[in-house]
Amino acid sequence: MAYVRFENISVSYGDNQVLKNFSLSLEKNEIMCLVGPSGCGKTTLVRCLLGLTRPDEGEIYVDDRCLFSSKRRINVPAERRGIGIVFQDYAVWPHLTVKENVAYPMRKKRMKKEDIDRRVRDVLKQVSMSEYINHLPGQLSGGQQQRVAIARALMSSDDLIVMDEPITNLDAKLRDQMLNEIRDIQRNLGTTIFYITHDQKAALHLGDQLAIMNEKGELVQIGSDEDIILRPKSRFIFEFIGVTNFIPLKRVDSGYKLDLGREMIPWPESVPEDVEQIKLLEMGTRPNDITFDDASPIRAKVKRAVFLGSEYDYFIELGDREIRVQQSTLDAALVGVAKEGTEVGLRFLNPHYYEAKRREA
Amino acid sequence: MINLRRNKDLAAVEGRRIGLDSIMTVLAFVLLLVIVVIPISMIIYNAFFFEGKFTFGLIVDQLTRSTTMSSMWNTVKIGGLVTLFGTIVGVFYAWLLGRSNIPGKKLMRSLFTIPYMFPPFLGAMAWDLLLNGRSGYLNRWLMQTFNLSSAPLNINTVWGIVFVEISYYFPFVFMQVVSALERMDPTLEESARIAGAKQGTVIRTITLPLVVPAISAGALLILISSLAHFGVPAILGFSQGIFTLPTRIFAVISRSGGSFEGIRQAAALSILLVIVVALALLLQRKVLSSGGYDIIKGKSMRPTLINLRGARIPLFIVALVTLVVIVIVPLVMIFLVGLVRAYGLPLRPENFTLANYARIFTTSGTVDSIKNSLVLAISAGVISMVLGTLIAYVVQKIKPKGTGVLEILSVLPYSIPGTVLAIGVILAWSGSLRVNLYNTLWIILVAYIARYLSFSMKTSSAALLQVHPSLEEAARTCGATHTESLKDITLPLIRPAMISGFFLIFLPAMREVTTSVLLYGPYTRTLGVQIYSLRDAGMMPQAAALGSVAIVLIIVINAIVNAITADRKGV
Repeated sequence: MAYVRFENISVSYGDNQVLKNFSLSLEKNEIMCLVGPSGCGKTTLVRCLLGLTRPDEGEIYVDDRCLFSSKRRINVPAERRGIGIVFQDYAVWPHLTVKENVAYPMRKKRMKKEDIDRRVRDVLKQVSMSEYINHLPGQLSGGQQQRVAIARALMSSDDLIVMDEPITNLDAKLRDQMLNEIRDIQRNLGTTIFYITHDQKAALHLGDQLAIMNEKGELVQIGSDEDIILRPKSRFIFEFIGVTNFIPLKRVDSGYKLDLGREMIPWPESVPEDVEQIKLLEMGTRPNDITFDDASPIRAKVKRAVFLGSEYDYFIELGDREIRVQQSTLDAALVGVAKEGTEVGLRFLNPHYYEAKRREA
Repeated sequence: MINLRRNKDLAAVEGRRIGLDSIMTVLAFVLLLVIVVIPISMIIYNAFFFEGKFTFGLIVDQLTRSTTMSSMWNTVKIGGLVTLFGTIVGVFYAWLLGRSNIPGKKLMRSLFTIPYMFPPFLGAMAWDLLLNGRSGYLNRWLMQTFNLSSAPLNINTVWGIVFVEISYYFPFVFMQVVSALERMDPTLEESARIAGAKQGTVIRTITLPLVVPAISAGALLILISSLAHFGVPAILGFSQGIFTLPTRIFAVISRSGGSFEGIRQAAALSILLVIVVALALLLQRKVLSSGGYDIIKGKSMRPTLINLRGARIPLFIVALVTLVVIVIVPLVMIFLVGLVRAYGLPLRPENFTLANYARIFTTSGTVDSIKNSLVLAISAGVISMVLGTLIAYVVQKIKPKGTGVLEILSVLPYSIPGTVLAIGVILAWSGSLRVNLYNTLWIILVAYIARYLSFSMKTSSAALLQVHPSLEEAARTCGATHTESLKDITLPLIRPAMISGFFLIFLPAMREVTTSVLLYGPYTRTLGVQIYSLRDAGMMPQAAALGSVAIVLIIVINAIVNAITADRKGV
């Protein structure tokens, strides 16, 4: 059975219904990333789990222990839930030293002083902060404060840690490093991590499982990173998870044609059955799913090429629209770099088909 | 909106019907009811109800007296003039010390804030000693030297009162504007220079408009303080029959010898004073209405200084003379008169004695007054600090229904003149509600708490706003109960603000005279009241000696406070 279960959680703030009948499960010892646009209710869900916000309805279980149930009138207070949390703004207490911050959860459990000291040293070693044990948070950088927050969360609970946008306030390089460290800590300790973010890249980087929410607070897909990237269930997920190109497809007689504004080009691929009868489609591709092929009948003009080290980023004029194409440096070495201003043929791999948005019809 | 709800949810999540939050909320409302609402309601009731019936009679009766009308007119005239000139003086020196290359800036800046600590009624005493129309030292010297038949200067006039009040109230504007000028983003002015504006144009079109919010905040403080001010007009005006509303109220009470009729008249006059203050506030809001700008940055930056060139030394001398006149002269005068053997003797070394100072510590009444003031100031400081923080927590973090009411109630007494508050406290706590505190220290304490509550409430509020809710929530998830998270996290974080809130109350309470002069009993004289009565009894040198002791006390305590708060900067 799942380790953490949200069952039919509903929360509203006044007239604003944030979550409605929301259900989600986490397996033990995995990192679950909950991804969704800002304001979709992710943080509200976390607050319900921690006992900081009271849901209107629903049930929450951790490891078969009921933390909240509107039906059975159970509501375990925040301090007795035993869940570790890392907040976006760290929430490291500025008047306590690193040691006092990290020891706080165990002091509240009335542990023996020697035990606390030993665990504090262990945990600080985990997050490579041993040398800062007597520093005040004001003397630490943002990344170091974040490690203190993680250490403190580990002291609250070995089993379940919630991280609410923990790396958003860090700079790009440090973000990658922190993600790797979180991953390592999780591997070492087997902790279950519930990671909340609006940043799909971080989620793909870190998560064993990804749960995607839309702006209405609905769960739209759960799956591994591969599932989400290769088999997005909806146009929302497809667009949300990365840079996308959309090109309209118009049904003409028995086949489809690419609508490039000035001209229509027959679409060489076959369209899956479930969308076959729709008159106006949109074909979506990711920049790295487009390759240059001189034999292709789809012709376009290279407007700009940008070299980014590991890849080339192209802005390409296709009919009346501009699309993005990415080419790995290895491919570029094999096939050759497309020069700005030259004409190229395009081939689309792994296309996704969605019904066209109404305003474009 | 989510933030708004968060803490309400915390209380609900607690799972108990009566949580700590609801206890604190109820306590805050009850305390403000007792401390603020009851005295104010008693004034309104006694001014408008006679033998249980509503009547405008009392107010109309007061309004038809010429004495009332002249006191009202004096109050408005003095308040308006002090605000106008105090603001001009404050802005001028703020700009001079904040933005020009005048020498000795740092020292002058701390000297310019001295009048802020100095009790104005002592200043009035000093100027009375110097420029009294009949017996002022300076007047006598001028008359002798130039063979004049009458005194050339007379401080016992409306303009004299205005002059003394300006010298103590301009720091309100000065300090607000100096700090705004210092924290202003210098690129705002630099951009204007780059866009081609001359120095003068920049000051006129950029700098001044940007500090208008600071100026109007300071001017508002001057206006409220001056309209409600008692000490200076009491000392300079009584002998010449110049009354303002606060001094008129005092006169009515003391003439009636505590009869109920006198107190009712005072209540009616109090209503008039409150109306004058309220109208002044409305008018000021109309005149100086301006949106807030977000130009002030929290960080301190190095603003561009303006080279005064040839005017540098003359302006320096002007500033120096101002300082000597408003700070040094009254101070020296009080100390010297405290030394003379008998009032009226020339200030020469052969007439000096330390007997006046010695007598302070041998006269039981005087020693008691120092003790009383210390006890009152410390208790009012501690109690208001605790209550103010409690109310601030309820307002900032719990946000129950009626938060707005709570906020208004706690800052209301600050805009109500101390004299009026004293009348309210007399009406409420001298037996009419079955509680009689009259002639005890308690009645003064209750008045002090009402008067100074807003100080600590404001500083604690500001500090609590800095404490992000996630800090307390993190403690909750770490296993701390609501009470523990308050004790371990929130209180330690706002402790420095609470301490500075204490001293913000302690210092003015030490030198307070306006409220206690109406509330003291035979054994409950405060330091301010004792100085006032010694002077009233003609014992000028003794009053001056006690005044200098008060000044030394205040300066010493202030120095200690500064040392403590400087240490705490890191927190």
